[in-house]
Amino acid sequence: MYVAVKGGEAAIDAAHNLLAERRRGDPAVAELDLAQIREQLSLAVDRVMAEGALHDRDLAALAIKQARGDLVEAIFLLRAYRTTLPRLAVSEPIDTARMRIERRISAAFKDVPGGQILGPTFDYTHRLLDFALAAGTAPVPPADLPAPAPAGPMPQVAEILGGEGLIEREAAAEDAPGDLTRAPLAYPAARDVRLQALARGDEGYLLALGYSTQRGYGRNHPFAAEIRQGHVSVEIVPPELGFAVEIGEIAVCECQMVNQFMGSEAAPPQFTSGYGLSFGGAERKAMAMALVDRALRARELGEEVLAPAQDQEFVLSHADNVEASGFVQHLKLPHYVDFQSELELLRRLRRDWSARREAAE
Amino acid sequence: MSALASPGYNFAYLDEQTKRMIRRAILKAVAVPGYQVPFAGREMPLPYGWGTGGIQVTASIIGPEDRLKVIDQGADDTTNAVSIRRFFAKTAGVATTTRTREATIIQTRHRIPETPLAAGQIMVLQVPVPEPLRWLEPRETETRRMHAEADYGSMYVKLYEDIARVGRITAAYDYPVMVNGRYLMRPSPIPRFDNPKLDRSPALKLFGAGREKRIFALPPHTPVKSLDFEDHPFTIERWAQRCQRCGSGESFLDEIVVDDRGTRRFVCSDTDHCETVLERRRGT
Repeated sequence: MYVAVKGGEAAIDAAHNLLAERRRGDPAVAELDLAQIREQLSLAVDRVMAEGALHDRDLAALAIKQARGDLVEAIFLLRAYRTTLPRLAVSEPIDTARMRIERRISAAFKDVPGGQILGPTFDYTHRLLDFALAAGTAPVPPADLPAPAPAGPMPQVAEILGGEGLIEREAAAEDAPGDLTRAPLAYPAARDVRLQALARGDEGYLLALGYSTQRGYGRNHPFAAEIRQGHVSVEIVPPELGFAVEIGEIAVCECQMVNQFMGSEAAPPQFTSGYGLSFGGAERKAMAMALVDRALRARELGEEVLAPAQDQEFVLSHADNVEASGFVQHLKLPHYVDFQSELELLRRLRRDWSARREAAE
Repeated sequence: MSALASPGYNFAYLDEQTKRMIRRAILKAVAVPGYQVPFAGREMPLPYGWGTGGIQVTASIIGPEDRLKVIDQGADDTTNAVSIRRFFAKTAGVATTTRTREATIIQTRHRIPETPLAAGQIMVLQVPVPEPLRWLEPRETETRRMHAEADYGSMYVKLYEDIARVGRITAAYDYPVMVNGRYLMRPSPIPRFDNPKLDRSPALKLFGAGREKRIFALPPHTPVKSLDFEDHPFTIERWAQRCQRCGSGESFLDEIVVDDRGTRRFVCSDTDHCETVLERRRGT
């Protein structure tokens, strides 16, 4: 009763102890270490880094372990850590044209210069549970694994179309890109900030929104012109040097969608594009992001804004799963003062209603 | 900064640049009472919707000499109030209190203490949805324009429609107020009972909405009027009962269901007020 409603310190401590116990699970089973998570749950690590907006595989692995595998909780942990970090430098834009390719496919052309490279994909696996994996016997890699892809030039497919003028030209922005972690989101948001919000946005949410465009809610006729995964170098220009130095490499997945565009008064018929970028191998996220990015460009391309995915206030205000998860779950907090006000009002309204009925009879 | 603060983090968690950014937003909010100032809210180690706006405001203004009180639903011992009080005890090492009179900063969710606040005290209110026009107009671009033009007709129409339909205004809590005759404001979800306490209060009131990234303020002595009509004046909640613990007849009461036959017990929502009345009674 009363005492139970008002939680208090002891209850919180006990709950945290219980949580730690549940996290560990059966102590007879060996404890996971971070290297195992980092190496064997690498796609979970990629997602947590992308939506946590911090590239650090070890911290992401720690967050996943601490969150008992709840990835949205892990993303929250990483974000709350990230926000305390000092900003030492801003990197140069990464150049995905110079990516060390692990996977590269185009659905628009049968073959493209540099070739199609499947890489480590689930795509053509049959989704049959692999009981050999359960038995702990690792599948033996065939002896005749093809040699690594030649590091020949791999021009971006959008560039190939660009040569003929078939796709819109994207000019580099003059000013520094916006940062919604330093300036609150204001509407209408420009594409740089929109892309940032989508890159940090929840994968499931973007997947559903991207899917909705395919089902007719803001259809934009997409083709996956190119998806590439691999490593790119990150460079900064220290002010005392004045030239770029490489500080490391990150794995990214990039998706370039091209979309039919009938042209407008100002622009000839041509392909337009939607862009997605994510850390690691988060390909589903990158593809969904590209669909939503294109949908959000409706206004600038003179298309009518009718569907949820085209509405930037709707899309961007609800994309962040740390915000969404917190606010949905805050309904667990006590609301009994407001509820008491509602109760009191409801009783008054019922008295009024009865009085009116009696008067009418 | 402080030897008491937890190692690895700055005093009161936020770095000094962030605090400065938030204090600038607070100053602007104080200068334009009731106006929602956008600020670059940070992720906090507590979830959105659990007081991150209030925590950021408190973290930005708190100093080592402050004495902090944290309440949720009027009570110092609700779980989230305990959690936030612990957060500041840990990251800032400040003294905490449950006494309204002794506190220099009071962070609150959903209530304003029954004990009148004094000049020099700061109350920080946690705000889930800062926009009073949000349920009438979901778009931020549109509501910002409405505030700029003081275009508040739709709110009066809404209140009028309530009266026309059911005979009274149906806003039970978070009841809209006009600040200094200019800006329409949501007082955060406090009960109507607490709205009159906002009017010309000698204490500074700061409202922080973390998820929505807005700060607004009521400087001391600001006129705050709950919207109403001449023939339908603003009313507050009333109970037929008195507090069954301290006997107070002028506090906001929580209704507690004590058995499965629907027996109710009514007690003060403000635990400090309840304690103070009890002590006074015992003392005399």
